[in-house]
Amino acid sequence: MSDHNDHERRYWLDDKRNVNKVCYALYTVCAGFALADLFPYKQHLHFDFEYWPGFSSIYGYVSCVALVLAATQLRKVLKRDEDYYD
Amino acid sequence: MIELLPPGAILILGGLLVPLLPGRLKPWAGVALPVLGFIHLLALDKGFVRTLVVFGYELTPVRIDGLSLVFGYVFFIAAILGGIYGLHVRDNVQLAAALTYVGSAIGGVFAGDLITLFIYWELTAVTSVFLVWAGRTKRAARAGMRYLVIQVGSGVILLAGVILHFVDGGSLEFGKLIGADGRLGSAGIGVLLIFIAFGIKCAFPLLHNWLQDAYPESTVTGTVYLSIFTTKLAVYALARGFPGTGILIVIGAVMTAFPIFFAVIENDLRRVLTYSLNNQLGFMVVGIGIGTQLAINGTAAYAFANIIFEGLLFMAMGAVLLRTGTCLGSELGGLYKTMPRTAALCIVGAASISAFPFLSGFVTKPLILDETASGHHVVIYLMLLFASAGVFHHSGIKIPYFAFFAHDSGKRVKEAPGHMLFAMAVMAVMCIGIGVYPEILYRVLPYPMEYHAYTTTHVITQYQLLLFSALAFVFLQKTGLYPPELRSVNLDFDWTYRKALPALVRGSVSLGRVAVGAILVPTRSLVDRVLRLVYQLHGPEGVFARTWTTGSIAFWAVVVLCGYLLYFLAR
Repeated sequence: MSDHNDHERRYWLDDKRNVNKVCYALYTVCAGFALADLFPYKQHLHFDFEYWPGFSSIYGYVSCVALVLAATQLRKVLKRDEDYYD
Repeated sequence: MIELLPPGAILILGGLLVPLLPGRLKPWAGVALPVLGFIHLLALDKGFVRTLVVFGYELTPVRIDGLSLVFGYVFFIAAILGGIYGLHVRDNVQLAAALTYVGSAIGGVFAGDLITLFIYWELTAVTSVFLVWAGRTKRAARAGMRYLVIQVGSGVILLAGVILHFVDGGSLEFGKLIGADGRLGSAGIGVLLIFIAFGIKCAFPLLHNWLQDAYPESTVTGTVYLSIFTTKLAVYALARGFPGTGILIVIGAVMTAFPIFFAVIENDLRRVLTYSLNNQLGFMVVGIGIGTQLAINGTAAYAFANIIFEGLLFMAMGAVLLRTGTCLGSELGGLYKTMPRTAALCIVGAASISAFPFLSGFVTKPLILDETASGHHVVIYLMLLFASAGVFHHSGIKIPYFAFFAHDSGKRVKEAPGHMLFAMAVMAVMCIGIGVYPEILYRVLPYPMEYHAYTTTHVITQYQLLLFSALAFVFLQKTGLYPPELRSVNLDFDWTYRKALPALVRGSVSLGRVAVGAILVPTRSLVDRVLRLVYQLHGPEGVFARTWTTGSIAFWAVVVLCGYLLYFLAR
C-alpha cells in the first residue's frame, strides 16, 4: 500500500467523472426505491401516515436538509476559536 | 474456588500487576486477562447468586441473570478486542487503567445490591480518569479533572440516594426501583437521587458534557475503552432500576435529537463520535422508558450492537489518529488511498450504526422503534426517525467521508498496524454476522421473543429513509450548503462550568472585594481611633502606665490611713 508511486498514482475517484458516476448511481437507486411505493407492499405499520407513498423517502430527505441547515445557523452562535478554553 | 471471585475481579487484580510484567508481555495481558475473565464468567451458571453478610447487611456481590449476562458478554468481547487493538501500547498507566476500568464495569453489571454497585460505580470513575490523563497533554489533564469531579459526583449522589432509600425502608437489593406507575414524582427522594446519579453517567441532556469534553482527549486506545463501558453500565443500571419510567421516553428522545446538530458542525471526528454515542444512548433510554419486555430486549440488543459498531468507528478514527497525528476533519481527507482497509472497515461500522439492512443496527434498533410506535408515542416516534436519518448523516457519512474521502489532504500515511486491522475486522464481521443471523443475539436477550426484522416493508422503508438522507448529503455538498469543516470549538453546555461559572465566581469575588472595602475602611478607621486613644492612656507614655516609686505608695497609704483615723475619731 505504501509504494513510492502513491504520489503519482491516479485513483479511480480522482477523476471527477467517476465521482459523478457514483452520484448518478445513487440517484438511480433512490428513484428505484421511491418508485417501489407505487406498489402496495406496506404491511403492519403503526401509523396511517407511514402508508403514504414516499413518506420514508421524503422524511429522510427533509430531515437531513433541515438538520444541516439548522446546524449551520447554530454554528454562527456557537463557533469559537480553537483555543477559546485555553 | 472459582465461584468466590466475582466476574471482573480477574481483570482488576491482574490489571494492578501489569506494571510488573516485562515490557513485551505487558500488552498481551490486555488480551489474556479478558479472555480468562470471559472463561470464568462462562463457568458460572445463569441464576447464580452469591450473598455475603457485612455488618449485619446482606449484600449480593454477584448476581447472574439474563439482563446482566448480555452486558457481561459484550463487555468481555469488547475488552478482548480492545486488548488486541492496543497491542502496540507499552504504557503501564494505560494498560493498568484499562484493565481495572473494564473489570470494575463488569463487576458493576453483576452487582446484586446497591452498595456493591456503588463501589464499582466509583471504581469505574477513578480508574477511567487515568485513561483520559494518559493523553498526557495539558488539555487532557484539565478535561480529566473535570471528568473526575463529575463522575465521582455521580457516585456520591448514588451513595446518598442509596442511604436515603434504605433509611426510607427500601431494600439494598438492586432491583426495580421505580413504582408500578412509572412516575418519578411518586418515588422517594432516595430513588430520585439514584436516578440522577444514573442519569449523569448515562449523559442525559445537560448532564452530558463530560462525555464530549473528556473522551476525545484520551489516547488512541483509551478513547476506544472509554466509549464502551461507563455509559453502557449506566444504561444497564437504568434498565435494571427504572424500566417503564415514563420520563425516560422524553429524555431519551431529546438525547437522540440534540447531539446530532453538534455532530454536524464538530471538527474533531472523535468528538463527532462522542455526540453520536450520546445520540445512540438516547435510543436505549427510550427503550427503557417504554419498559415492555420487547423494549428492554431492544435496549439490551441495541447496547450490544452499539458497543461493537461504535467501538469499530472509534477504532478506525484511532487508527487515523495514530497514523496522521490528528483527528480534525479539516486536516484529513483522501486517506482511502493509503489506508483502504481501515476505510473499508470504517464504512462497515458506519453502515451498521446507520442501520442498513443486513447489518447489526437494522436488526436491533427497530425493536425500540416498534415498541415506541405500539405505545402510540407519535411525536417520539417521529423524533427517533429524524434521529435515525441524522445518525446516518453524521456517523454514517460524515465520519468516513471527511476522514477517507472529501478533499485530498495530501497525507500519504501507512495503513493501520495488523493487530488494529484484526480487531476492527472481527468487529466488522460481528456487525455483519448479527445483521444476517440476528437469532444469535436474540437468544441471549433477557426475555424470550419472536421477532422478524426482515419484512419487505421494513427493508424497503429503511432503504428509502437512508438513501434519501444520502441524497440530501449529495445535494448539500453540490450546492455548497454543507458547512465546511473548520478549525474551531463549538460551545456546548460545558461552557456553563468552564466559562460562565468561573467568570461568575471571579465576578462575585471582585464584587465582594468592593463591598468589603466599602464597609471595612470606615470600620477600620474607627477601630484605629479607639486603639490610638487606648494607647495614649495605657501605652508606655500613658497616664495609667506610669510606674510609681515605693516611697510615694507608702506616703499615699499613710495619707489614706490618717484620713480613716480622723474619720474614726470624729464619729
